Amino acid sequence: MGFDMNRWEHIYNSPTYQDMIAQKTRFIGVSTIFFVAFYFALPVLVGYWPEVMSREVWGVVNWAYLFAFSQFLMAWALAYFYMLRAKRFDETSASILAETADTEEKTADKEGR
Amino acid sequence: MSLPLIMFLAFIAATLGITYWAARRSSGESAYFAASRRITGWQNGLAISGDYMSAASFLGIAGLIAFYGYDGFMYSVGFLVAYLTVLFIVAEPLRNTGKYTMADVLAYRLRARPVRAWAALSTLTVSTFYMIAQMVGAGALVSLLLADAGISFSGAVTAVGGLMIVYVVFGGMLATTWVQIVKAVLLMSGTFLLSFLVLAHFSFDLGGFFAATSQVSYQVDGETITQNFLTPGLYYKPPYGALDLISLGMALIFGTAGLPHILIRFYTVPDAKTARMSVFWAMLLIGAFYMMTTFLGFGAATIVGRDVISSSGGINMSAPLLAQALAGDFFFAFISAVAFATILAVVAGLTISASTSFAHDFYTNVIHHGKVRSPGEEVRVARWTALIVGAVSITIAIALGPTANVAFLVGLAFAVAASANLPVLIFSLYWRKFTTRGAVCGLATGLFCSIGLIFVSPSFMGVDGPEVVDSARRMIQAPAIFPLKNPGIVSIPLGFLAAYFGSIFSSEPLAEEKYTELSVRANTGLGAEKAVDH
Repeated sequence: MGFDMNRWEHIYNSPTYQDMIAQKTRFIGVSTIFFVAFYFALPVLVGYWPEVMSREVWGVVNWAYLFAFSQFLMAWALAYFYMLRAKRFDETSASILAETADTEEKTADKEGR
Repeated sequence: MSLPLIMFLAFIAATLGITYWAARRSSGESAYFAASRRITGWQNGLAISGDYMSAASFLGIAGLIAFYGYDGFMYSVGFLVAYLTVLFIVAEPLRNTGKYTMADVLAYRLRARPVRAWAALSTLTVSTFYMIAQMVGAGALVSLLLADAGISFSGAVTAVGGLMIVYVVFGGMLATTWVQIVKAVLLMSGTFLLSFLVLAHFSFDLGGFFAATSQVSYQVDGETITQNFLTPGLYYKPPYGALDLISLGMALIFGTAGLPHILIRFYTVPDAKTARMSVFWAMLLIGAFYMMTTFLGFGAATIVGRDVISSSGGINMSAPLLAQALAGDFFFAFISAVAFATILAVVAGLTISASTSFAHDFYTNVIHHGKVRSPGEEVRVARWTALIVGAVSITIAIALGPTANVAFLVGLAFAVAASANLPVLIFSLYWRKFTTRGAVCGLATGLFCSIGLIFVSPSFMGVDGPEVVDSARRMIQAPAIFPLKNPGIVSIPLGFLAAYFGSIFSSEPLAEEKYTELSVRANTGLGAEKAVDH
């Protein structure tokens, strides 16, 4: 693609990049475990403890319905947090790209072009 | 001319106008397959919603809730939460490392031919199964809605199929995208209006609405019974109901991120940031829509009633009949047209994903080793494929007939996407030691296990009573071997395990080496495909 193979290695091995990947993996990993657990709690509770989940909380509205409804709010909230976090990852990756572009130009200058 | 027919024709005229406009804009490969990558975030959000919310959601879930209450709402929840997987794991890396198809990401560091061949097979399987289910549903629905206009089942199937072929062959991704956007706007406004009218019917008293929902009366074997529709377990019954719910949940949560027609939507935007934004928009719309299925379904149960729906067209007519009960014939016609638009937008998305995969993965990269002989050849092949896929789907749908039991095909599409596509996507993006053999093992195992288990599940096997008509009888009249309707709980872990063990027992130094490059591309967008100017 016209990029020097070294540039991939260079970026990959830079501490800023490794740090960003670690943060990203942690955020996505924790969020994924959370939403998968939260989501599957619904069919498990509703499927195996229907009596408990049928107990009425607000008027005739029961736990089963409220828990299902809360899934929508959970999904939106988690997506919103990710959008906020991702903005920071965008900034980091933009600065990494700018930095490596600089060093490449500098080395090109030194080589006397 | 009947009112619904006029509205159908208006929608057809508008979408053909869009197709004409799209076809006249500059052509070229990236324009045809990816709308020149110039769709904006909110536009793509709408298009994803339009691509995703099928008639099975709009009519099917409303009907399930109207007939079985709470259990139908469980589908609604899964359809939204699934987008977290799309947002966190696939959307951005896919946009950054691929070009037109899901297989692009896999072929990046693995051996292209075997991986693309299997990925194309899986894509074509998912798309055509899903499409046949939509077409049979469309034919039954349209012939019912337009009964007074004298449209037959095969006429309706041919019309829907013909239109989808025209959109895709002449208008490519740009026309498909705008048809999906128009549909999403129509569907959202129709659903919002319906929900508003349901609430108005209960004088905007949420307590009164739920109180009515807790006392729904209908006839069973000539006796009137009253049921609390907020109670779980009316559809998913013991002994396997709970397990089936979990299995279905797995297929939804992990399958959506592997549906080829959803994945290719991320190639239509300029960069990964826009791809992410578009998932966010889609989640807002999809979430709002599925939340409102509460009003559609419970509204139909309380205002129209299960008995009336059963005697005037059946479970899938719940939403249109609710519209008629609340606001008369004009609104019935409008909601029917929305359902029609819904089907067309989804089948167009499926057709373009199948034809793109065949042309780009199979024709160019497997048969011709990645060498295209002339510019425009890939597009030409894709157009022909769209025509053939469309014609085959029309033929199969007509052969199956309006009463065929095809609902399981949608479940199968999600199960294959979750068991075959998602494991290999995740491993190739996040695991350095993933190999070609791992990918082939994962794709093949996921694909064949899902299909195999469906064949021995209650959707295919079972003893039908004498009252079931011939065409609706299950294929094998014997007790089912696999007790669950959805194979996800078994086939998804098997797909992951096969991909894992296939990689462990092989080594591919080149694939390992290229992981560095893939990781940097996926996370920074360096070297990603750019938007094209007209």
